Amino acid sequence: MISSAEWALAVTVFVAAIVELVEALTIVLAIGMSRGWRSTLVGVASALVALALFTVVAGYSLATWLPEAALQLVVGSLMLVFGLQWLRKAVLRSAGLKALHDEEAEYLAQTEAARDAGTGTRLGLDWFAFVVSFKGVFLEGVEIVFIVITFGLSAGNMPVAVTSALVAAAVVLAAGAAIHRPLTKVPENTLKYVVGLLLATFGTYWALEGLGIFSTAGEPLAWPGSDLALPALLLFWLVLSRALTWRFSRLATASATRTTVTSEA
Amino acid sequence: MDYVGRFLKGFGQFWYDFVVGDDPKIAVGVAAVLSLGAVLAATDVANGLVVTLLAVLLGVAFAVGMIVDVSRSRGRS
Repeated sequence: MISSAEWALAVTVFVAAIVELVEALTIVLAIGMSRGWRSTLVGVASALVALALFTVVAGYSLATWLPEAALQLVVGSLMLVFGLQWLRKAVLRSAGLKALHDEEAEYLAQTEAARDAGTGTRLGLDWFAFVVSFKGVFLEGVEIVFIVITFGLSAGNMPVAVTSALVAAAVVLAAGAAIHRPLTKVPENTLKYVVGLLLATFGTYWALEGLGIFSTAGEPLAWPGSDLALPALLLFWLVLSRALTWRFSRLATASATRTTVTSEA
Repeated sequence: MDYVGRFLKGFGQFWYDFVVGDDPKIAVGVAAVLSLGAVLAATDVANGLVVTLLAVLLGVAFAVGMIVDVSRSRGRS
């Protein structure tokens, strides 16, 4: 029987992984379709090996060397900063102050860059295709690994976190292989908002709990209501982000109206 | 040596971009609130109410950072 905390863990990792994998898939498709698949896939495979090593080293180091409260403080703080960055972008996008992420536009830009790039060869590989696909998969992958490790360790259930990421990878790969186009129908901006909310919620919970490492007892601090604080924190970040979005939307609308009036005058 | 220097610079830049990102105010706000929390925990006055207030402070720091950002960008435009 899976607990509600494990469901929250699985859903968060799955959604976050989908968002990052869709972005990586766009880069790989653009490079593969315009430069050929051999060097592109070698780049993808090399990035996956590097990610596996990174996961083992980072996961083992964190789990082995840090006591419980310190682990909660470190991963909670990272998760909180990371989540608030996503939340910030989501608020600005919802308010119309930042352009929405567009996979089709990203695909076209990557394809154009790939066609304009030189044809240097190293180690028998099209070096541009190798480097771009390696960087694309590694950088997007590090974000997934980070979320898998922090959530898996903090919730004490790494298998659920890893399985969720692998299921997300299978879903995105299957969809990409089937349609050979960027997955433009995935509501990336909404998903990023959801992940930002969840990262901020769990990050706040674990980071503040982990401050107990500084107390005399060295034990995690207690939240009022224990795990019931989680839905309250989720509601807190949701209300705050919606209030900021509402406020900034009004500013953006007022600014657009003023510009229109000025240009008409 | 030059290669090592460039690698270290790139490595540091990668982690800075990854953790701090576009807006350093977020990381600074979180660090400030957690530092306050660490002091309170060290003096053993951090109870459930203090933990709740620290969470509210995190929200305030985030909101203030965003309001400053948007005000500045509107001032420039």
